[in-house]
Amino acid sequence: MGSNSLYGPLDPAPDAGYTDAPPRMGFFTDTSVCIGCKACEVACKTWNAIPDDGFNLLGQSYDNTGGLTANSWRHVAFIEQPRSDSGAATGVPGAFAGLPTGPSASAQSAVIAATTGADTGTAPGLPPAVDALAAAGTVDPQLFPAAGTGPQFLGMPQTDLPGRTSDAPRTDFRWLMMSNVCKHCTHAACLDVCPTGSLFRTEFGTVVVQEDICNGCGYCVAACPYGVIDRREDDGRAWKCTLCYDRLSDGLMPACAQACPTESIVFGELASLREQAAARVETLQSQGVDSARLYGHSDDDGVGGDGAFFLLLDEPEVYGLPPDPVVTTKDLPDMWKRAGLAALAMAASVAVSFLGRRG
Amino acid sequence: MSRRGDRPMVPKAQFRSYYGRPIVRPAPWTHDIAAYLFTGGLAAGSSLLAAGGQLTRRPKLRRAGRVTALGALAASGYFLVADLGRPERFHHMLRVAKPTSPMSMGTWILTAFGAAAGAAAVAEAASLVPSRLVRRVLPPIGAAAGLGAAVVAPALATYTAVLLSDTATPSWHVAYPELPFVFAGSALASGAGIGLIADPAPPTRRMAVLGAALELYGAHRIETTKGLLSEPYATGRAGKLLKAGRTLTAAGVVGAVLGRRSRVVSALSGLSLLTASAMTRFGIYEGGMASARDPKYTVLPQRERLTEPADGQ
Ligand code: SF4
Repeated sequence: MGSNSLYGPLDPAPDAGYTDAPPRMGFFTDTSVCIGCKACEVACKTWNAIPDDGFNLLGQSYDNTGGLTANSWRHVAFIEQPRSDSGAATGVPGAFAGLPTGPSASAQSAVIAATTGADTGTAPGLPPAVDALAAAGTVDPQLFPAAGTGPQFLGMPQTDLPGRTSDAPRTDFRWLMMSNVCKHCTHAACLDVCPTGSLFRTEFGTVVVQEDICNGCGYCVAACPYGVIDRREDDGRAWKCTLCYDRLSDGLMPACAQACPTESIVFGELASLREQAAARVETLQSQGVDSARLYGHSDDDGVGGDGAFFLLLDEPEVYGLPPDPVVTTKDLPDMWKRAGLAALAMAASVAVSFLGRRG
Repeated sequence: MSRRGDRPMVPKAQFRSYYGRPIVRPAPWTHDIAAYLFTGGLAAGSSLLAAGGQLTRRPKLRRAGRVTALGALAASGYFLVADLGRPERFHHMLRVAKPTSPMSMGTWILTAFGAAAGAAAVAEAASLVPSRLVRRVLPPIGAAAGLGAAVVAPALATYTAVLLSDTATPSWHVAYPELPFVFAGSALASGAGIGLIADPAPPTRRMAVLGAALELYGAHRIETTKGLLSEPYATGRAGKLLKAGRTLTAAGVVGAVLGRRSRVVSALSGLSLLTASAMTRFGIYEGGMASARDPKYTVLPQRERLTEPADGQ
């Protein structure tokens, strides 16, 4: 073990004993281009044959997965945020700079589309098809004269291309989406505390569970500073993202990165991903997106840098990430020292108790 | 502000989270682990009691200590294996010896202790064996094994504190300097409890006082000096358990010291110490679990850490 084995900057694969390790591989997840399609979640489940996580409606925007679990190794978080919540001053072109300014669908254009379409009724006898959506979304001025002359928008969902008309200013609201994953920490607490050797460091610098070794002690679950790894209930073993170790070994890209349509998930050599990420933050900030920041990119953080790191548009805790995670084993030498002291105190107490005068 | 007396010790702090979901994951353990914290400590404490009895020629203490250690050991083994997701693979723990894994170290400590304490307890049955040779050979083996167990016992009693602290569970991790003292004290007090029941000789009373002092001091520090992270130990189920444990420990010590003339009072004091030890373990266990379930205990201390250097500039 090297001097930084428990804490500090380190290249994990050589530290783990690989002599001819390939470059460290990882993910850069750029949340500024995530569209929340969940293709990553689906691709991950499909490739890794992961069971379902229950089919729940959580009432958390479009997030019905909830978080990373034994059965969800990618998780897309959705945050609906009034702009004032983001900490940015309103009225300043920030995260919205360069985006279309209208509401995402126009009531007027939807009604026009519904009423000018060709009569699709099939003669004889069948009435023309009615666009129920447009009808429900408007009030017929003949039935309700008080509603005025034109059709009235009732706030029902409409369908139109975004930004076709600009009849209202853009709202004071933004939507954050982030695909979360195991960080493949440089100093992985899960791996450090694993008592069976089931968790191991791969030649790519990633962290993987060997399912034929794991006996389900659950220690890794409590040790992970990100709450990633989890024990599967009916199976009893711990499971998490493997960074598609099987695909990597065959020169393929992990399934989630392959499926991501916007390249929000970028897979590659960690060193070049870090450069790419630094450039991306600079671009965003020069465009006025002051809230853009990197998370888990630095060797100097509490876990020695993440193999999977992120570009975020708000504080980490907003996405359910710890703001300043520190690997728990950083303090392990101190913990053993304190335990040693307590053990000595214990032995001394017994000696004192029995050596005292016979009373 | 409310005028009621139950205001939280720390003012409600503002923080943001993802739909209030926890960030770190609570250990997927059941109360089996809390029970093991107690039985493991009891095994350690009573084997020390037995060794003391053995060296100062108090056969009653020696026998009670050895037999209790074996019983507590068996219970520990059951609790530990039952809590695995794959109990039939428990022996995978013996594939490696990893100093970075307190659970791995603990496995080896428990294995070594188990062999010695088991042999010592079996030797107690020497007088029941018809064979003369066995009756002659067993006691010295038992004596050596008993001392061996006593050497390992302090490690057995304190490694469990490292086991809990070496996690991302906020209130366990932050307690790492004091937790070993709480567990050492609790183990001593429970061993003394067995002694007070079996043979309330003066050493058992002294052991009770010293154990209780360690336990109360450590627990007090954990409950009061960790800021926001002390809160889970002072509130809810953990708060109740730790408070009850403290009361029973105090009662046990007072009873052991003042009731030394009475076998009944001594035995009740011993019982009180044993119950207190169990409650303290369950309280510490519960407190940590509560701190993992609420994201504020993860976010706020980390935020504080991030803003501290900025304030200093
Ligand atoms: S500690 Fe957590 S985030 Fe880091 S490698 Fe292990 S499971 Fe992944």
